[in-house]
Amino acid sequence: MLACVAVKSSMAEYWNIDPAFEEAVNAFISKKPEAGVVLEFEIGERDFVNSGKGSAEVKNTLKRLGIGPEILRRIAVASYEAEINVTAHSQGGKMESFIHDELIHIRFTDKGPGIADIEQAMVPGFSTADDLVREMGFGAGLGLPNIKKNSDALHIVSAKGEPTTVEIFIFYGS
Amino acid sequence: MKLKELVTLLEAEILTPDPDPELDIPCAFASDLISDILMCTKEPTLVLTGLTNTQVIRLADMIDIVAIVFVRGKRPSMELVEMATERNLLLITTRMTLYRSSGLLYNAGLRSCKI
Repeated sequence: MLACVAVKSSMAEYWNIDPAFEEAVNAFISKKPEAGVVLEFEIGERDFVNSGKGSAEVKNTLKRLGIGPEILRRIAVASYEAEINVTAHSQGGKMESFIHDELIHIRFTDKGPGIADIEQAMVPGFSTADDLVREMGFGAGLGLPNIKKNSDALHIVSAKGEPTTVEIFIFYGS
Repeated sequence: MKLKELVTLLEAEILTPDPDPELDIPCAFASDLISDILMCTKEPTLVLTGLTNTQVIRLADMIDIVAIVFVRGKRPSMELVEMATERNLLLITTRMTLYRSSGLLYNAGLRSCKI
């Protein structure tokens, strides 16, 4: 497990890597291999009608590629929680899914307004969601912890007033 | 538990077309929080909830939901019923509360899903 480290003067960076995959994640990041399949979806601010479609499409694509049900479930849950986060908390953004031979790498990039304190946002039960989001059954402060639990590696870069990037890495053999 | 038994116990109404009364309901989970439902559903499960928005149906794209019971007399819109029908997802409504519905099903032997 790596702690929150400041990389630039303003942006904060958070990494959580399952120790069993630390070597594999580091190798993947240094090699930057090209993905076999890339899927891209726009995510609209407060678009709760369409949010989740991107994650469903990723799940269906992986299912067709023969990925097992338990890994599929973990990928779908982590991806869906992140997609909902962009919908509920940002001014919109996009989701890019890079399907490799051994893992899926999903990157969510939004237009801000950023996370003031990433460590605090990771605490189960902490939420900045408003009433509309809560009425829909979200905003329980379980989104990021749920992503962390279901992914092999989670990377967040953000700061107050800045865009947020959330990256999820899940190995098919995990 | 068979679907027909559940419908009798909850004095429920099925909202989606062509239900199979002999359908087997293996286990259940009850919550009004989407993240809870996502985190706790790891096998084919009946979900009891008071939420009736699009995202409840969207959940069935991510996890294995056998059927959804809307409690406290909540009725989803026609659009939601259509979304569920496309997904072959059974929708049921009951006037009973979440607590009473869960208690009746549990007493009749419907187990909690593995979490």
